[in-house]
Amino acid sequence: MGLIILREKCIACGICVKKCPFGALVMTDGKIDVLPSCTLCGICVDVCPVDALEVPERTSSEEFDPDLYRGVWVFVQADGDDIHHVSLELVEEGGKLAAELETDLCCMVLGKDTSVLTEKFSHYSIDRLYVTENPVLEQYRTKPYVEAAAALIETYKPEIVLIGATSTGRDFAGSLATRLETGLTADCTGLAIEKETRGLLQTRPAFGGNIMATIKSSNHRPQMATVRPKVFPMPLMGDKRNVDIIRHECDLTEEGQPTEILEWIPVEEGVSIADADVIVSGGRGMGKPENLALCRDLAALLDGAVGASRGAVDAGWIGYSHQVGQTGRTVRPGIYIACGISGAVQHLAGMKTSDVIIAVNRDPDATIFGVATYGFVGDALEILPKVIHELKKRLSKS
Amino acid sequence: MNIVVCVKQVPDTADVRIDPVTNTLVREGVPSIINPFDEFAIEEGIRIKETCGGTVTVLTMGPPQASEILRTALAMGADRVLLLSDRAFAGSDTLATSYTLAKTIEKIGEVDLVITGKQAIDGDTAQVGPGIASRLGLTQLSYVSKVEEVSTESATITVERLIDGGRERVRGKLPALLTVVKDINVPRQPSILKMKKARNAEIEVWGAADIGTDPAKIGQKGSPTWVEKVFSPEQKAGGEIYTGDADDLAARIAELLLEMMSN
Repeated sequence: MGLIILREKCIACGICVKKCPFGALVMTDGKIDVLPSCTLCGICVDVCPVDALEVPERTSSEEFDPDLYRGVWVFVQADGDDIHHVSLELVEEGGKLAAELETDLCCMVLGKDTSVLTEKFSHYSIDRLYVTENPVLEQYRTKPYVEAAAALIETYKPEIVLIGATSTGRDFAGSLATRLETGLTADCTGLAIEKETRGLLQTRPAFGGNIMATIKSSNHRPQMATVRPKVFPMPLMGDKRNVDIIRHECDLTEEGQPTEILEWIPVEEGVSIADADVIVSGGRGMGKPENLALCRDLAALLDGAVGASRGAVDAGWIGYSHQVGQTGRTVRPGIYIACGISGAVQHLAGMKTSDVIIAVNRDPDATIFGVATYGFVGDALEILPKVIHELKKRLSKS
Repeated sequence: MNIVVCVKQVPDTADVRIDPVTNTLVREGVPSIINPFDEFAIEEGIRIKETCGGTVTVLTMGPPQASEILRTALAMGADRVLLLSDRAFAGSDTLATSYTLAKTIEKIGEVDLVITGKQAIDGDTAQVGPGIASRLGLTQLSYVSKVEEVSTESATITVERLIDGGRERVRGKLPALLTVVKDINVPRQPSILKMKKARNAEIEVWGAADIGTDPAKIGQKGSPTWVEKVFSPEQKAGGEIYTGDADDLAARIAELLLEMMSN
């Protein structure tokens, strides 16, 4: 069922046509019409001066019984015995949601041998661990991980499943939610509970960060979300405690797997921009590829990563894995330093939610200054060597 | 090698913003473009066809005006294009969209490879590709930055995936679904003659009835998620701007960094 237009009320003022973010409303011969691109977001309903538009009510399927589902689960992403920090951040945030729902916080651990991982989790306030061990699960691969996770979820029925929005997490979540035929919201930056429905309110940026949207999927279970790394704090580690471990067998064989990992090639230099607390990015204003060495030197001093604008990447100065922005990566470090980057909207979309933005640019009218916490009007090529020198001098003193 | 490429028409998100007074989206004058990642998907499909033979079908779901991006695909070298357009698809989230696209691919039949962009820039979900792979039982290979080898003999594809922290080389069985990143190729610029020809081409349109969808799984009914509200992101307080000579500016930056790093 689509958007309801009450023709007898409509005065064909055209406000809804103008305000529809999806261009889904058109007026032909004084009559409003809805196109298939309508997402039923309801913005037109809010702006209509004569209440001539309605979004049909959402009904859940008859067999749906939310009371069969309890518990907040976190999918544990691990590299061998190392837990990815986003999984721990979700333990912290998931704990709050579980408390609000007066239910348990549980983690789902998949791997070949998870003894070290499960030991690590005994230091956090978690109620239960659901564990599936199998040699096929040694490294993350989509199919076996989704099969193992789906088996656990179908058996133990959590009401919420949280997954880190890393590339692995998003590869996994998209497949798993489809398999479970349930709702999935990508890349959330805020989570809250709507008590009466035990619904998860999932807030995320959309349209390149120009708007925020709150998404619900409370007529289905489990409610699934991927959550951006570094949005929530890390949990405190406590003394070792007793955590229930539920072990679940899953019948997986190597022969049944469609993929084989041939090689892992780590990031060429230093820290990856996906994970960095500090990013020093260079743009075309750095003049030539050799000058990006200044960004590298400053990043190295700050234990940070080197980023780049699309211009610098397209010119072949630095690899694509460093590109920040709409067709590169969205980053959210504690400190983002933009050197010789004018600030095209596509670049801003990828970095403007960084906690602190420092911009250095010769052009006082550069758009990057519009999002900068601290803007410095000057030549990055002249300023950066002095910053590096000053930092080295001060660090050697302390 | 039968290849299907799924593409999406998106608003040029750079221009979408919220009216601070009415708190609603301003979309006037915002142009529609082909999702940038999907251009790489079309190009890769055509390149694989050029080496392995076969056909490339480009598919999009959207309003009638979305046929514009299919014309671009035709001019680039797609053999066939298909527009999925039906009011019954309105309100589709990623679950309903992946169902609708999967049913269409099933109807096309005998597909060896499906290619999509890694995500669309309006929603940024990266969920539809994995959804299609899951529904059709295709080998899922996301974030592909390089196709090393496609072997029709052994029915495998070897790719490099650009993921957090590095690159993974992986071999997968066909049929497979790839989602591709920008690094994979440089899309060709179609000639004026080809664009002219594409402009006049007849575009095939399929609706819900043509692909035999279950009404409960498409559109709003088939979509477990919905947008509860939309609002402006918090605006940061205006920043401080410093001018002066390089020495002073450098000293101030160093001071700021040391202060922040010690917290």
